[in-house]
This record gives sequence, C-alpha cells and structure tokens, in this order.
Amino acid sequence: MKKEPITPLFSTDDFEKWANRTDGERFILRLYVTGSTPQSVRAIQNIQKICEENLHGNYNLEIINLYENPELAKSEQIIAAPTLVKQLPLPLRRIIGDLSNSDKVLVGLGLRIVDNND
Amino acid sequence: MNLTRNKLLKAPTGIQGFDEITGGGLPQGRPTLVCGGAGCGKTLFSMEFLVKGAMEFNEPGVFIAFEETEPELTTNVSSLGYDLDDLVARKLLVLDHVHVERSEIEETGEYDLEGLFIRLNSAIDSVNAKRLVLDTVESLFAGLPNEAVLRAELRRLFRWLKDKGVTVVITGEKGDGTYTRHGLEEYVSDCVIVLDHRVVDQTSTRRLRVVKYRGSAHGTNEYPFLIDSSGISVLPITSLGLDHEVSLERLSSGVAELDEMLGGYGYFRGSSVLVSGTAGTGKSSLASHLVQTSCSRGEKVVYFSFEESPRQIVRNMKSIGIDLEPYVAAGLLKFHSTRPTFYGLEMHLTSMYKEIKDFKPSVVIVDPLNSFVTGDNQQEARAVSMRLIDFLKMNKITGFFTSLTIGGSAVESTDIFISSLIDTWILLRDIESGGERNRGIYILKSRGMAHSNQIREFLLTNNGIKLEKVYVGLEGVLTGSSRAAQESKENAELELLQQEIEQKKYSIERKRRALQAQIEALTAGFEAEEAEIIKKLESENALLERYHSNREIMGKSRGFSGKTK
Repeated sequence: MKKEPITPLFSTDDFEKWANRTDGERFILRLYVTGSTPQSVRAIQNIQKICEENLHGNYNLEIINLYENPELAKSEQIIAAPTLVKQLPLPLRRIIGDLSNSDKVLVGLGLRIVDNND
Repeated sequence: MNLTRNKLLKAPTGIQGFDEITGGGLPQGRPTLVCGGAGCGKTLFSMEFLVKGAMEFNEPGVFIAFEETEPELTTNVSSLGYDLDDLVARKLLVLDHVHVERSEIEETGEYDLEGLFIRLNSAIDSVNAKRLVLDTVESLFAGLPNEAVLRAELRRLFRWLKDKGVTVVITGEKGDGTYTRHGLEEYVSDCVIVLDHRVVDQTSTRRLRVVKYRGSAHGTNEYPFLIDSSGISVLPITSLGLDHEVSLERLSSGVAELDEMLGGYGYFRGSSVLVSGTAGTGKSSLASHLVQTSCSRGEKVVYFSFEESPRQIVRNMKSIGIDLEPYVAAGLLKFHSTRPTFYGLEMHLTSMYKEIKDFKPSVVIVDPLNSFVTGDNQQEARAVSMRLIDFLKMNKITGFFTSLTIGGSAVESTDIFISSLIDTWILLRDIESGGERNRGIYILKSRGMAHSNQIREFLLTNNGIKLEKVYVGLEGVLTGSSRAAQESKENAELELLQQEIEQKKYSIERKRRALQAQIEALTAGFEAEEAEIIKKLESENALLERYHSNREIMGKSRGFSGKTK
C-alpha cells in the first residue's frame, strides 16, 4: 500500500499536551457499520480500544448501523463499510476498513505523523 | 434465474431510433454498459433513459452520479427540457451524488462496499425504481485504494442488481484498446453499447454501436446519432426494408406541360424525383413549382436548401412569378437551410429525419442533393442519400431532389450514383446552338407511367416555367432564336404557298372570265349575223312576194295567161 506523505501538524511535545487537554476540542467520531458482520464487530472493538488508549475520554464515539439508518449512507457519503468518519477536529477524514491497522487509524485521526522514511 | 424466462424482456429507452436498432430497448433487469470517450454523450444517454422511463413508461429511476453533483446534473439537462427537480418531487427519480475523495480516505483493514449497496437499495426502494444509472462507477477506482476489493465488490454489485431486477445502465470511459479504462465490460456481459465522437474531414459525427447484446438480435452497424434540443436521436438504417407501400395517386408537378409529358398527371405520390442539370438550368425553379402547387392544395412541404438562404430562394422565385412567402407564413412551407459543411453527413441526415418527423410534410425538396459530396466521400454520400430516399418512401412522402451536374461531365449521371434509386428522372440541359444557350427538358425515365420521349425547350417566364413546342429538324432540337427563325421561316413558306394558291385561283377565274367573254363575243357575232340573215330573208321573201304579185298583175293584163299555164 502506498504511504501518503502527511505534513506534521504538531511536534510530539505539543501533541502530548494537546492530547491530554481537558478543555480542548473533542473528537467527534462516527463509525458506520453494517449489522453484525465480522468486519463490523472487529471495527467496533478496534475503535473502542484505540479511543481509550489514545484519546483519554476526550471523544464522542457514535456507532451507527447502516441497515437501520440507510438514509445516512447518502447524507454522510458512505460507500465502504465499515467507515469511521472523523467529523471533528477538521479536516474531515473517512477511515475505511475494520480498523485493525491501528497505526493507520491513528494517522487517519491525525494522532500520528507519518514518517516519510518509514 | 434467466432460465425460467422464455424471452428476453426489454426496457424501452424512449430514445428516438435506439429502440428500433435493439428491437425494443435495453435488456430488462440486466446491466448495460454504455462506454465512450469524453463528451460522447454517455451521461445524456443514461439520463434520457431514466427520464423517458419515468415520463413515458412509468418506470421510476435512480441516477447515481459519481462525477457530478445533483444541482449540476439538473442544470445540465434542463437545456433539453428535462425538469429533474419536478421528477424528483413527483417521486419518479432519485438523484444521488456519490462523493469519493481519495485524500479523505484512509484504508485500515478489511472492508466491503456494503455502504454503497445500502445506499442503492434505499434509493431504489424509496421510489420503487425499475431503472438505475451508475455514472460512472469507474470513479471508484480512483477513490478507493484496494482494487482487488473493488473488483470483487463490483462483481457482487452487478449480481445483486440483477437479482434486484432493475435495468441498469453503467457508463464507462473508453480506455486504451479496451471498451472501458478499468475493464468494466468484464462484469457487464449482457449488453455493451459504444458511443463515439469522430471528426472526419473537419466535421464531427457522433456514432453509436451495439457491440454486444446477449440473447437478442440487434443492428451491428455504427449508427450516427444527434444530440440536440430534444435529446438523442439515433438513425437506424437496417430497420428500413424494401416493403413500403406504393401509391397510385398522382401529384402535379406544377407545370401543366410537364404533367402532360408525365403521362398527363404528373409524378406518383411518394415517389422520388430527381432533376439533374448543369448550373442555371432551372432546377430550383422546377422545385418551386412543385412547392407552390402542393402548398396551394394545403399540403406541407419542407425545403432543404444547402446553397441558398430561405430569403434568397423566396426572392429569386418571385422573379418567375412564384411567391412562396404566404406559404411560409401559413406554416405550410418550411425552409431548412444549412451549409453542407456545417456538420457531418449523418448529422445532416439525422437532422433532416427529425425535421421531417416533426413537421410531417407530404413533399420534401432537397436542393441540391449532391452538395453532400465533398472530397472523397461519395460512398458515404450515396449511403446517406439512399437512406433519405428510403425513409421518404417509407413515409409516403414525395421526394424531389435536384442534382447539379458539373459542366463537362456526363449528363446522364449523378455524382452520387443514386440514379438507380430514382423513380422519375428529369434532365434539364443547356442546348447550345446558333450562338445561344437555351434550356431543354426531357424525361430520362419515369417508372410506372407512360411518358413523353420529347426534348422540349423550356422558358423561365414572369409567370413561371413554360414548355415550348418542339422543333426537331435534321440538326436536332431547335431552340431560342433558331426556333423563332424556324418558326418565321415556316410562316413565310406558308404564306408563299397561300399566295400561290390565291394566284392560281385568280388565274382560273380570269381564264373563265376570258372564256365567258369569248363566248359572249361569239354569241354577239352570231346574233348579228342571224339578224342580218333574217333581214335578208325577209327582204328576199318580200322580193319573192313582189315577183308573184307582179306576175299576177301581168297575167291579168295579158288575160289569164297565167291561169292557163
């Protein structure tokens, strides 16, 4: 898989401060799943783990079953399942897949900076 | 699932001409791939399929746009008179823009496209759609990183759509040597339509071809099509047969003498008439006569002109006493003037078809037919003309074509070789003699009717075309001043003869009179003689009398001597 070079937003020190703040911008996350397929179940488990380990409670995670809310697929521009949408902080990101590659999830959430030499 | 079906059902597209080529439309409940290069009309084709389906066949549709947003789509097709907002409000159409932005997507493990399936399913169910368009699903290849997943999911998608029973149109951008860039034809194997936009000799023509249609016969040719203010119209050729009905009804040519030459009544209705001749021989004038006589009967006429503007034709025809303006105003006559180079041949034909279909004329004039020939496209021009003639015959429309013969080339030929398709061929030619150019007209052929074999001189007068009597001498047809000279010569001869007769009559009379005079003189002579002789006789009688009486007297005096004798 190709790695996209991502410009670092923060230095590591800054990040530590920022990630631990209590009054800062909260992470608004929505995970769209399709019922209880193995992929969906894995995605839910993975995101809960990642959030707990990295966001220290500074997040809102909503898990949405597309079968129950099919109209959301249109309004939220969902095509792949599972899809995790990071609505805040900006920029908006869609992280697709069962979230088993936690490094990539963190990159997608803007919590980890991609090293070009990686 | 298709095994239970005896016959492939078809979903009519409502696209003019397309349903004729495919024998009814697209395969119902199956996916169809419509592919072609940029700007070839894929989106329009699929949109028309949906809109016509919703409006004419009561089949609601879903349009999934991967490249354009809903407002963009609505604006783009509003120029064709499609009100998408209205259709959406009436629950006949769903527009959905699927936005796939590569930079917003991070792949983090296994996934599928169930989201898209749910989206489609919900859209289809919301209006109970029977038709679906995916325009163009290939955008997913750019938006999603894992091609293997995508391919597997697309296969599943088409399977699912088939099971769902919706008629699907998938569009695809033409790839290098393949129908689509990402090989969509691999998944859509039921029907493949290729649209093409080609430029030949600096004129562009759109063409459509049905590459594949599983389970159905279809026309395999490339069919030209037209995109204009009312959408797509495809021009079918193979659907034309040679089984059109013929008419015995006659149609006056507008020139009484010409009607006479054509067996007394003129052309057959629904036949094709070709008038060929060199420049300035009066082809358009003859056409205008037909226009005038048809319009005056209240019939509609379309005049396709490729060299003159409508105003020019109207003005020029006024000079021979034919005023076409009132017919234009009354909506009986429609001019359609375009430059031959304005667009490609097929485009011309398609636009002519459209005009004829819309206006429903009973007579069509094409002036001139051979202006289509530019450069080396004679074959194409012939095919186009043939199709036009066939089309007119099918619709029982009388076709009147003019053909300009290039000076010096064989008169009895047309440069698009359509003479064999023509029912009545009238030839106009210059006759050069005695230092003059005059116009001659004759009928080269006229199928199914007795016709004159004469070459007649025809004159363009202030009151239209007049055919003159023929003077055929040893030198051929006499025309113009030679004809006038011949006329006066004949007149002089006649006069001379008459004079001679008069003279002879006079001389006989004179002879008779002389005879009479002679008779009279002789009678007079005779009478005079007779009178004299009578006089003489009388006097001789008197003498005789006197003699006798003298003897008596002498006898008496001698004493009865006489009595004793």
